[in-house]
Amino acid sequence: MVYAAPWMLACALGGFVVLLAFGRRLGEPVAGWVATAAIAAAFVVAVVTWIGLLGHNNREITETLFGWLPIGSYQVKVALLIDPLSVTMCLFVTGVSALIHLYSVAYMHKERDFTKFFVYLNFFVFSMLLLVLADNLLVTFVGWEGVGVCSYWLVAFYFDRDSAASAGKKAFIYNRVGDVGMLVAMFVLFTHLHTLTYLGIATGAATLTGTQVTLVVIALLFAAAGKSAQIPLFNWLPDAMEGPTPVSALIHAATMVTAGVYLLCRMSHLLVLTSSGRATIAVVGAATAFVAATIATSQSDIKRVLAFSTVSQIGFMVLAVGSGAYAAAIFLMVAHAFFKGLLFLGAGSVIHGLDGEQELSRMGGLRTVMAWTFATFLVGWLAIAGVPPFSGFFSKGDVLKGAWAYSKPLWAIGLVAALLTAYYMTRLFVLAFTGDPRFVRAAGGRRALAPPHESPWVMRLPLVVLAVCAAVAGALGPALDRFLSPVFASTHLAPLSSASDDTLIAIDGVVAVAGLAIAWWLWRGRVERPALTPRFLANVWYWDDAYDAVLGRPAARAARASAEMVDPLVIDGAVLGVAAVARRGARQLRGLQNGYVRSYALLFAVGTALLVAYLLARTF
Amino acid sequence: MQSSALLVTLVVLPAVGAAVLALVPRLEGRVATTLGATIAVAELVGAALLAIGYHPNGAVYQDASTQVLAAPFGLFWRAGVDGISLLLIVLTAIVVPIAILGAPARHRTRASISWLLLLEAATVGSFASLDVLLFFLFFELTLVPAYFSIAGWGDQRRGPAAAMKFFVYTLVGSAFLFVGILVVAFLHQSQSGGALTFSLTALSSTHLSGTTGVLLVLAFTAAFAVKSPLFPFHTWSPDAYSEAPVSGSVVLAALLAKLGTYGIVRFDITLFPHALVTVGPWLFALAIASILYGAVVAGGSSDLKRLLAYSSLAQMGFIVLGIVSLNQAGVSGAVLLMFNHGVVTAALFLLVGFLAKRTGSSLVTGVRGIQGPAPILAACFTVAMLASIGLPGLNGFVSEFLVLIGFFGAEGWWAVIPTLGVVAAAIYLLWAYQQVFQGELVTPAGTSISDLDWRERSLLAPLLAIMVVLGVYPKLVLDRIGPSVVHLLAHLHAVGLSSTAIGPR
Repeated sequence: MVYAAPWMLACALGGFVVLLAFGRRLGEPVAGWVATAAIAAAFVVAVVTWIGLLGHNNREITETLFGWLPIGSYQVKVALLIDPLSVTMCLFVTGVSALIHLYSVAYMHKERDFTKFFVYLNFFVFSMLLLVLADNLLVTFVGWEGVGVCSYWLVAFYFDRDSAASAGKKAFIYNRVGDVGMLVAMFVLFTHLHTLTYLGIATGAATLTGTQVTLVVIALLFAAAGKSAQIPLFNWLPDAMEGPTPVSALIHAATMVTAGVYLLCRMSHLLVLTSSGRATIAVVGAATAFVAATIATSQSDIKRVLAFSTVSQIGFMVLAVGSGAYAAAIFLMVAHAFFKGLLFLGAGSVIHGLDGEQELSRMGGLRTVMAWTFATFLVGWLAIAGVPPFSGFFSKGDVLKGAWAYSKPLWAIGLVAALLTAYYMTRLFVLAFTGDPRFVRAAGGRRALAPPHESPWVMRLPLVVLAVCAAVAGALGPALDRFLSPVFASTHLAPLSSASDDTLIAIDGVVAVAGLAIAWWLWRGRVERPALTPRFLANVWYWDDAYDAVLGRPAARAARASAEMVDPLVIDGAVLGVAAVARRGARQLRGLQNGYVRSYALLFAVGTALLVAYLLARTF
Repeated sequence: MQSSALLVTLVVLPAVGAAVLALVPRLEGRVATTLGATIAVAELVGAALLAIGYHPNGAVYQDASTQVLAAPFGLFWRAGVDGISLLLIVLTAIVVPIAILGAPARHRTRASISWLLLLEAATVGSFASLDVLLFFLFFELTLVPAYFSIAGWGDQRRGPAAAMKFFVYTLVGSAFLFVGILVVAFLHQSQSGGALTFSLTALSSTHLSGTTGVLLVLAFTAAFAVKSPLFPFHTWSPDAYSEAPVSGSVVLAALLAKLGTYGIVRFDITLFPHALVTVGPWLFALAIASILYGAVVAGGSSDLKRLLAYSSLAQMGFIVLGIVSLNQAGVSGAVLLMFNHGVVTAALFLLVGFLAKRTGSSLVTGVRGIQGPAPILAACFTVAMLASIGLPGLNGFVSEFLVLIGFFGAEGWWAVIPTLGVVAAAIYLLWAYQQVFQGELVTPAGTSISDLDWRERSLLAPLLAIMVVLGVYPKLVLDRIGPSVVHLLAHLHAVGLSSTAIGPR
């Protein structure tokens, strides 16, 4: 049953091919149903594979499909590695994807490129599955880039909107910058180990020097920072919210953006060999978790709050990886896929219901008009805030426990970020769902607004399923830990005494409730509190402006100057100068330089004849 | 050596076609197109047969033929193919029919098609030559049709000047090559005491002192660096590529550029292995400069054709980087990249031609958002663009990856610098795409943009199919060029270059 795994890929790819070929003829909504069915089938296959794997004693099964790329005498194969980690990834990726496909059938109703949307979406799932199932870095990289290009297409889905087109481009380019890290890591590993398979790297890791391991790990971290929106490459993700909301839920919350964390976990056998590399990872994670959380407190757009929240939550995962708590990172990844997917879909439902409104200041009072959305969003909110007994409490608790064992200062930063998480999510919830309905006033005079409405069942069903998952997934923790542990390199974290364990858990709960209470008290009945949303935070720590000033604008100026001045004047000028000198030196022959090709041809013929004569003279 | 008529036919057939078209005035108009396309397609079938009959693990040079042409001058017909030249002959046979049919109807005249066929003959001849003098003659012969294509059917105002610049520039480069060829041949003759010969195999045993070798490799490489082109010898190319007609840009960038890089693979490595290792760092420097400089200038170009010219400059840098790495991964990647760049760049120039037909110019200004009215055009452009950027799953990635991993094997951490070129390509191509295809629809006054018609789609389809097939299954090609590259590199070991001098593996 384990060997069914390739069929997961086949389902998603099949959906893509069918829609590419016949999508336009199928049209709305059939194309959407076909796409959803393909991914649902992939989910079934994933479950079958998982059950199959449970029956195996050896849980590292490689399935080779075909030889792909010969590098010298080595052959990179398209092969799948079926182990607890990849199967876990496949289960939640296909599950959440199927739900979001279903949701999209209604959400994308009457959109111009309805079919094309599902073409991209199916191809995305295929690439994501390839990414997690590949048995080597190079094939993972194929999936890695595949999801990246889908992200580019889907962010820029409303291509006639300039901001969307720019955001898509930005997402792709930031990822490409990160890719340099991935490529360099592969160069080093291949040159020294002559293999790129994960199992081979795990076995051979010990033969690398300390410096090599550290450089590879830093390079991989850089790649992960691009894909998973970590410092210093995090600021493409909020812009990516230009895409349709199901895309934000699927790609920019639940699945693709966690690929960097997956990659680092995959490389745990390298990570354990470099304490400085792991320290860097942990610091980047903690810093991102904190910085993004501060920014999220001051955003006015519902999707941007959620986007920075995603950046921050992935920061927690990266912190866990750096701390050596790999299973905790994956646990949070799974739980996050549920609750953040849920929150985005809920936000989508709100935006859908308010005819495209995304500003929190023009929402409010949605509790009564959108009961289903409200109830499910409530679950998502409590889960992400870390309120017991929802899934966020347990998963974030595991991460913080790992951080505590690894480094107290980083744990403290994480704790502050957790407090901020509860705070900004409560702010969002209060502004959107409670208080007076401000959308009525906002709409007054501007345009006729359809009355806010609850979404159809196709959109409500995924919300309910995800809400159930987000509520109870916390119970998965211990089982997931047992299932995954054999995959990861042992990190010898000092085991906590049960007393300090209990204390940590208590602190987590208190912090979550405190953040929630503070926000409730501050934002209840208020729409604006400028003191609490300072410019510095609203403008993302001026991160984009700094990049623009230091890199973007100078590079653009240099490019323009090169194209308009350096190349035509300096380089070409030098060539023309040489020609001019030669011309002056041969003023007598000037008549020949008349610009007629026949003269040059003649000259060439004469020259050739002379040389041939010389040749003849030498031969005879 | 067994003789084979097929390879000879592949050189002669387009030449005969060119002559017929040139000499029979009644063949004007549609007849000329039909005849020219038929010959080009027959050539493609022949090239396919050649490829099918090729045994990757058979003789080094297959379909070989030798014929005395002018014994006193040492001029012989020596031709044959290995995996490397076979691939480039196939590329030529694929690109020429597309170039013929891809030109706008008013450009498809008897004369222009005749020139294209002559160019095909000369290009195939260059790739098939196993004789240095024969190669040189074909190499030079390509100039004439290329010149007349640009001058005759290019931009009316600036075309002739661009053609002249191209012609003179390459001719100067070739002068070095010609002198170099004569020097090697004479040295060989004086050492062997036999008759004058330009046979590549014979000349490869010539003993060269350090300085002589370096001077010779520089002379050869000068011609190849101009033709490819490499920084800083590239300034003819933006003018020539942008002022040429569509078919001219396609063959210039996709085929003629490869003559330069092919020359480095075939002649520099075989004739001057020691000297090539000596000048290697300088070539690396030029290659990296081409990659970075090409990327920067491409980023500042507002004319798509010029942008593609600079993008090609960067790609040529990658090719040279792979070759001079002198290891299996690097050279295989470089050869594959020659093919891949030919396919991708032909598609891109064709697309820009189709675009310009609709909007009146190849500038990125003045037209926006045409993904709306022309989704298929946009989709085709996207695929070719992504192949050029090096997206895995498409052909460009495989070759780029091999080149970079080969270069890393040879030079270690320096490889990080050209890897940055991978980022740059994404920046300028996505920028250009956004300018033209995305945003609110803006077209030049009064024009409505139509999507690709069936003829245009069918011209692009084979190129796009190759991008996907070779991205997913590059072994199709790599398994054929692999043994030839092994043989080429074995020559380095044979002359005593240790594996440290030529990089690991």
